[in-house]
Amino acid sequence: MNEEIIIAGFGGQGVLSMGKILAYSGILQDMEVTWMPSYGPEMRGGTANVTVILSDERISSPILNTFDTAILLNQQSLDKFEKSVKPGGLLIYDTNGITRHPARKDIEIYQVEAAAEAARMVTTKTFNMIVLGGYLKIKPFVKFENVVQGLWKSLPERHHKLIPLNEEAIKRGMEIVKKVS
Amino acid sequence: MGELRLMKGNEAIAEAAIRAGCDAYFGYPITPQSEIMEYLAAEEPHKRTGMVLLQAESELAAINMVYGAAGTGKKVMTTSSGPGISLKQEGISYIAGAELPCLVVNVMRGGPGLGTIQPSQSDYFQATKGGGHGDYHLLVLAPASVQEMSDFVPLAFDLAFKYRNPVMILSDGVIGQMMEKVELFEPRPRNTRFDQSWVTTGKTPDRERNVISSLDLDPARMERHNYDLQAKYLKMKDKEVRYEEIECDDAEYLLIAFGSASRICQKTVKLARQKGLKTGLLRPMTLFPFPEKIISKLAEKVKGILTVELNSGQMVEDVRLAVNGKVRVDFYGRMGGMIPTPDEVLKEIETKLTGG
Repeated sequence: MNEEIIIAGFGGQGVLSMGKILAYSGILQDMEVTWMPSYGPEMRGGTANVTVILSDERISSPILNTFDTAILLNQQSLDKFEKSVKPGGLLIYDTNGITRHPARKDIEIYQVEAAAEAARMVTTKTFNMIVLGGYLKIKPFVKFENVVQGLWKSLPERHHKLIPLNEEAIKRGMEIVKKVS
Repeated sequence: MGELRLMKGNEAIAEAAIRAGCDAYFGYPITPQSEIMEYLAAEEPHKRTGMVLLQAESELAAINMVYGAAGTGKKVMTTSSGPGISLKQEGISYIAGAELPCLVVNVMRGGPGLGTIQPSQSDYFQATKGGGHGDYHLLVLAPASVQEMSDFVPLAFDLAFKYRNPVMILSDGVIGQMMEKVELFEPRPRNTRFDQSWVTTGKTPDRERNVISSLDLDPARMERHNYDLQAKYLKMKDKEVRYEEIECDDAEYLLIAFGSASRICQKTVKLARQKGLKTGLLRPMTLFPFPEKIISKLAEKVKGILTVELNSGQMVEDVRLAVNGKVRVDFYGRMGGMIPTPDEVLKEIETKLTGG
């Protein structure tokens, strides 16, 4: 098993922490993991992205130009990374604010209306967990219970009371993710 | 098995410093390595082991605090990135001249000048050829994973005390910023068992006073001191060369890369072999001493060598000296914070080495 993922969106959407929880979950399943963030000027306002690799083997390059899965959460990221999905790969996106939708025919495309769904929850900060739920539904490489464990490990203690809400958000994401093409 | 954690390379260095029994850290923040001091501050090492953590007023102050503290026989360190490491060169030269042990970490970013905060390996010359003035060398370790960011810290302290020489961990923004699984080693006690006969902690009646200085105005004595230093570097070349061979056994084409570039090349090896190109990778883990013998040996059986670096071609000079004309040595690099992708390197193998 070797899964190469890019998650990209606006700074503040929780892109980096979504990747971190995924990486934690991978460790709990004895996988090798690498989490490589963008830390440049784009992170200081603008777009943020992170590459996450989950693998049964020693991981080679943390720098990649093609991915098995792209989770793209704004127009800039969609424009930049749609072409980077490997043929037969997976693209997940949120239609919120998107004017030009992905057009590739050789990949699987899914939508998760996470921004809209997050607005219906107690806090819109659940956005990234809804997206993560969508991904886990399609590619369950890491188990739900390990993701929850990952949340306990990666969130500071003062946020532990929010974990049930995050669990609910992941489940919601699993329900609402839908195939487009 | 040790404790498993998901950590950034920078955090791994900081945690390893506490566990390795480091006595004091003196530093000044700079991207892309500020997490080292941030992590240490959050951990409050004075409560865990009694280790001192001090943010100095400048890089110059930090390295001179290292100089002074190292003179007392303590395990001390500082960390920075290119611009800060340049400021520290005067102190590093003095420490090398006075033969004191310490650890200096450089998490490289693109230069010259303030350059960029993105990753680079353009400080290879500075790290391996001296950096400051005078005929000296640091022992230079090049980690390629977050695990090695942790493992190389106790190794660096051991080597620093073994040779009474400053040791540098030469990393970069990729390894510093990325998170990977780390198995942490068991904490070591802070007290060192190394030879302390040279330390300046106050003269006792039973011995002559110890003097630590890099100055000697008598040229004959200074030349002798230089011969001693050179003998020490020769001993390092004999005993401390470290490298990793990846699929070199049947390789017709050889990639040579260190640190983050070696991670990229590891993937290129896979891609090349899928295309039927028997490619291997030699990864120097010590840059000084440089693994020249194994490179010379491999040069006898491969059809071509490609050195890959995040700079304009620095380590390639040492590769060419080791190969000594036996086979063609090409170079591929990106600069200024740009990072090549594995298939970009594959294309270089195809165009430069195979002639296709």
